[in-house]
Amino acid sequence: MDITYWIFNLIILAVIVYSIYWVYKSYKTFTWVDWILLLFRLGLPIFLLVGMRNTIVSGKYSLDQWVSLIISGLAQGSIYALIALGYTLVYGILLMINFAHGDVFMAGAFCAYFVANALAKAGFWQSSPIVAIAITIAVAALVSMSIAVTLEKLAYRPLRSAPRLNVLITAIGASFVIQYLIKGFFGSAVRAYPEVAPLKASIPILGAKVPLAQLVVLLIAMILMGLLYLLVEKTKMGKAMRAVSENKEVARLMGIDVNQVIAFTFAIGGALAGAAGVIEGLYSPQGVTFTMGFFPGVKAFTAAVLGGIGNIPGAMPSGLVLGVFESLGPNLVLGGLGIPSANQLKDAIAFLMLVMVLIFRPSGILGEKLSEKKA
Amino acid sequence: MALLEVENVHAYYGNIHALKGISLTVEKGEIVTLIGGNGAGKSTTLRTISALMKPREGKVLFEGNDLSKYPPHNMVRHGIAMVPEGRGVFAKMTVRENLEMGAYYRNDKAGIEADIENAYTLFPRLGERRSQLAGTMSGGEQQMLAMTRALMARPRLLLMDEPSMGLAPVLVDVIFDTIVKVNEQGTTVLLVEQNASMALQIANRGYVLQTGEIVMSADAKVLKNDPSVQKAYLGID
Ligand SMILES: Nc1ncnc2c1ncn2[C@@H]1O[C@H](COP(=O)(O)OP(=O)(O)O)[C@@H](O)[C@H]1O
Ligand SMILES: [Mg+2]
Repeated sequence: MDITYWIFNLIILAVIVYSIYWVYKSYKTFTWVDWILLLFRLGLPIFLLVGMRNTIVSGKYSLDQWVSLIISGLAQGSIYALIALGYTLVYGILLMINFAHGDVFMAGAFCAYFVANALAKAGFWQSSPIVAIAITIAVAALVSMSIAVTLEKLAYRPLRSAPRLNVLITAIGASFVIQYLIKGFFGSAVRAYPEVAPLKASIPILGAKVPLAQLVVLLIAMILMGLLYLLVEKTKMGKAMRAVSENKEVARLMGIDVNQVIAFTFAIGGALAGAAGVIEGLYSPQGVTFTMGFFPGVKAFTAAVLGGIGNIPGAMPSGLVLGVFESLGPNLVLGGLGIPSANQLKDAIAFLMLVMVLIFRPSGILGEKLSEKKA
Repeated sequence: MALLEVENVHAYYGNIHALKGISLTVEKGEIVTLIGGNGAGKSTTLRTISALMKPREGKVLFEGNDLSKYPPHNMVRHGIAMVPEGRGVFAKMTVRENLEMGAYYRNDKAGIEADIENAYTLFPRLGERRSQLAGTMSGGEQQMLAMTRALMARPRLLLMDEPSMGLAPVLVDVIFDTIVKVNEQGTTVLLVEQNASMALQIANRGYVLQTGEIVMSADAKVLKNDPSVQKAYLGID
């Protein structure tokens, strides 16, 4: 107890000493902006460390509680990662942020709802849950894929050479179009997924009872990301995607149909978002509604920026990191600082991270190192 | 019938009239060079031939066919490959992957493998660096890669845009020797160069381009000895 407490204090002291040294070395060239940034740089680690110290020393949570928080964070994070891949794939090729991507995810979840219900009525979830999951994912992926490809053809392709602001505004418009089409057809009610009995079971890990659903979600996400990695690294189409993202004109000289590759990229991003919609349904107790794409969309965007937008391998770990931060942060840091309803601040953590990354490392946590290595 | 006929081509960038009625021909088996100063329109000419740009007026005929109705990514299927200005290697892809991209339209796996091995024989440096990212290589190595990548398409016409740009003289020699070798093996070459003396040494014929117009065309030997060419492009007074 005491030792942990003092270890934390030592680290905090080290941060302060280092900052003083740093100020001493370069304060002459500081502008007021640098002072404010310094305040962030110094304040944030201390804030985090003090919160963690207090929580851990208080012994409020046991090991199994931490384990379940981490695993549920990983499960949620893997959903962010799958959506983030869609942002990053498209950005890598067109340098645009497809702000309607969260709604492509929502459409996938909606579709999953109908398929899952039909399968539940037929008793399929009980008799062969794995096949049922596979079918639901396949259908939702196909629907989201079609929406993403249509979006590209109708909304983005005509603007290929337009200023970036026009494209951005179009993307936001497209996001509303998808949302309100869904609302128009299906209303604004929140519809609950069917209960999937086999996924209700829980598995003991380090004394924690981990819901099977979370493990399944993680597993599916890992498989999909592995498949994407193979696609991009090993297949002819994946190589064409990388070629187009580097230089469209030279790609054309090689005989690559750039429009086809761009459509394919939207298709893959859409399919991953559709699959994410399904596993969101398996994992989260809330149902589907037409606005549900917004938060996961923005958080996945955060994850994509965190991993260095356009950098495919970066999106996966940063989605997971974001999920874990969100799930641990409130209890571990905010709780320790005596903030009463820390869990309500979950979303704030994600957005704080987005702002911090944009201020301090716009190329992402992983982005810069990678580009150095490849330059 | 000439392999390539460019007839009275006009090309624009917005309002800039970059090509003002260019006509040239390349016969099968030749090395033809297009020389001219910076901004003369050499790259624009090649970009028009490879259909990256559409001429506003005039025609480009390849083997007698007007290819302008096809999108640019079809040119390589028709037999035209290009080494772009500044090499244009895919920096974040490996040497081998770059070569594979050169053969993108082909489906004969065995043939592609054989051609990749040939590329490694032609330039052993590329073989040694096959799994290295192309962006980490030197300018000369990148030029070798860009050239072999274009050859992976087995083109009948190879367009090269200033392959000597930014290279040490030794490497320029290597590249030009390879151009001759490739030509001897049956590939017709249209070579754009600012390094006119080197280009005129290996070419059969040459065209001189000045602010979007062809001002002279003759056998390479004739151009090399022409006083005005010597003064303007060969640095001889
Ligand atoms: N992307 C472009 N936009 C506008 N003008 C261009 C562009 N590329 C080339 N030009 C203009 O077209 C003319 C010919 O250029 P280019 O064909 O690149 O010449 P060269 O290859 O002989 O140096 C020049 O005046 C150049 O400024
Ligand atoms: Mg040029």
